[in-house]
Amino acid sequence: MVTNRNEQFKALFDPAGVIVAGASTHPGKFGFVVLHNMITCGYAGRIFATNRDGSEVLGRPTLTSIAEVPDGAADLLFVCTPASTNAELLTAAAAKGVRAAFIASAGYGEADDEGQRRQDELVELADSLGMLIVGPNGQGLVSTPSSLCAQIVAPYPPTGHIGIASQSGNFVSSFMNLASQCGVGVSRAVSVGNAAQVGVLDALEFFADDPHTSVGLLYVEGIPDGKQFAQRMAAVAQRMPVVVLKGGTTASGARAAASHTGSLATDDLVFDGMCAQYGIVRARTLTEAFDCAATLATQPMPSGPRTAVVTTVGGWGVVTADALANTRLELTALPADLRAELDGLLPPRWSRNNPIDMAGGETKDTVPAVLRAVAGHPEIDAVILLGVGIQSNQGSLERNGPFYPDHGLERIVAFHERQDRRYIETAVSVSAEFAKPVLIATELATADPDNAAVLAMRESGKYCFPSAERAVVALDQLHALASWRQRRGLEPLAP
Amino acid sequence: MTSTLSEAQSKELLAPFGVPFLPERLVTSSIEAGVAAGEIGFPVVVKLCGEAIAHKTERGLVKLGLRTEVDVVAAAEELFAAARPEDGSVQVLIAPMVTATREFIAGMVVDPQFGATVLLGVGGILAEAISDVVIRLVPITLVDAFEMIDSLGSQALLAPFRGEPAVDRVALAEVLLALSNAAVATPVLASIDLNPLMIADGRPIAVDALVEMN
Repeated sequence: MVTNRNEQFKALFDPAGVIVAGASTHPGKFGFVVLHNMITCGYAGRIFATNRDGSEVLGRPTLTSIAEVPDGAADLLFVCTPASTNAELLTAAAAKGVRAAFIASAGYGEADDEGQRRQDELVELADSLGMLIVGPNGQGLVSTPSSLCAQIVAPYPPTGHIGIASQSGNFVSSFMNLASQCGVGVSRAVSVGNAAQVGVLDALEFFADDPHTSVGLLYVEGIPDGKQFAQRMAAVAQRMPVVVLKGGTTASGARAAASHTGSLATDDLVFDGMCAQYGIVRARTLTEAFDCAATLATQPMPSGPRTAVVTTVGGWGVVTADALANTRLELTALPADLRAELDGLLPPRWSRNNPIDMAGGETKDTVPAVLRAVAGHPEIDAVILLGVGIQSNQGSLERNGPFYPDHGLERIVAFHERQDRRYIETAVSVSAEFAKPVLIATELATADPDNAAVLAMRESGKYCFPSAERAVVALDQLHALASWRQRRGLEPLAP
Repeated sequence: MTSTLSEAQSKELLAPFGVPFLPERLVTSSIEAGVAAGEIGFPVVVKLCGEAIAHKTERGLVKLGLRTEVDVVAAAEELFAAARPEDGSVQVLIAPMVTATREFIAGMVVDPQFGATVLLGVGGILAEAISDVVIRLVPITLVDAFEMIDSLGSQALLAPFRGEPAVDRVALAEVLLALSNAAVATPVLASIDLNPLMIADGRPIAVDALVEMN
């Protein structure tokens, strides 16, 4: 049977109906949890739950077998039944027109030889039925365009454009939790479990053609076929930015011992080289991976390395300049005409160089005016803005203190919050107008998530970095990818 | 199982791909060695060369900086005498003595997962301790080769250095392309070492080569 993976993945992520095989009345069982999560997160399609006894689950009737599902009403089968029964379920579901199955059940290749045999048979069966199977032994999938949370664990992220595929379910959860925290959302997420029939690359290839996804975010450990992996990653990375986090990088494989070259070429360096060669963003840590994906999903690519750091007060700018020195970015000297323009906008005590320390500003319009002048200058490729939210942070203490709303506090708190919102709005609008990345960093992103600046960031859909160092690392990666594309005559990819 | 080629065979295999080598001569007697050295011009390097000899320096089979015909003949005699039965058929190789401050290592190795790779690193006796190394998968493009050079941590070694000119990046990139092309054209290659790849007057030159075949 000819299989069209893209169609199958469409059935997986955007099914018209879902069959949950093995729905359980016991709230501790996966067969309960997945049904609970699907209903709670608002899946809009039809849900058919099967249960041997036909008992109600979560107040809903169940079917005693898949045979009772109307033909063509479901596209996806979610399986969390014991491994021995699953072949039968696949066959029954295929007869009803189901084209994709997620197998959460364990007891396959990860267990023992018998499990491996069962897994091989399941793949063979799925292939013959023209059915996609993801898993087994995976935690599930999420698809925000369909409000689908078909998972045996909780995180359900906000809607967005990051597509996640992982060899470990834990990382899907971590990335989605980070997405929930900052508001930069996810389109699709899937943990491939044992990757019996398809793996992270198959999902990634679907993402590359998916209008809901603009960035691929991968977690990989084992790579079964390195050459194929490299070729397929390279093909996807031409069309869509891909961020990869690889686990197990410290273990080093054995190579031809006679050569010095062989002894220098560690596994990690080879993987690193592959990423650099094919324009794949390799992140070193979980947070860096998410930072990069969130940046690629929300910021335009810079056309060069010339970075301006704009800060309301000094210290942050200095440390950020230090961080920039260890990257491929350039803390560019301010062009004379820009410096003259800023002289007209800022008090005489301003830094008069990059980092642009606004020294507290002058009027209520100073920060927006400076931001616009800097981002709009043709010799600046990217901007990092520091110090937003401090006014609202003070406002928050005042609002919650014993004197509010008297003594003029109500008015000043509203002013502070309005100002912080203006800074964010200006940053977002100049970034769009001049097609340049404008990254914003403040620890208030996590320390004071209700801060007006942080809320404004969240509402704008942009990413608020919890620290300037992290913004620098992500911008460095963004610039490296942009220049990789430039050197190969490829257009920049827009978020 | 892998087997190594002699230095001379290794160079013969790689030269057509554009790996830059010194003009050198291979001789089978100490008298010929002296004559060859006179023709090449002093000072010269004299090495014992044979298929089964992989790491010459460790065995003292490289004599550097010889300035007269008499010295060359004596060195060649000593090298022939040092040959062991397991070295098989041996010859002596005479090459001009290159003095260079900067040494790199370039090579190719077949990775068990990703297949053939090209490597560039800072060379010399501290190479493995410094481990400033960049790798790409075969085949590489010229853009890839330039990016490899740009990715080395020790960029100061590529700039003008101790009175020597900057490294000719195009010539260095061409060495990397040559290794990639050799790997593509010769799938039986298991590894290539160009170690050291010296920088003489800014241009890379492979002073030694070791090819390992499957």
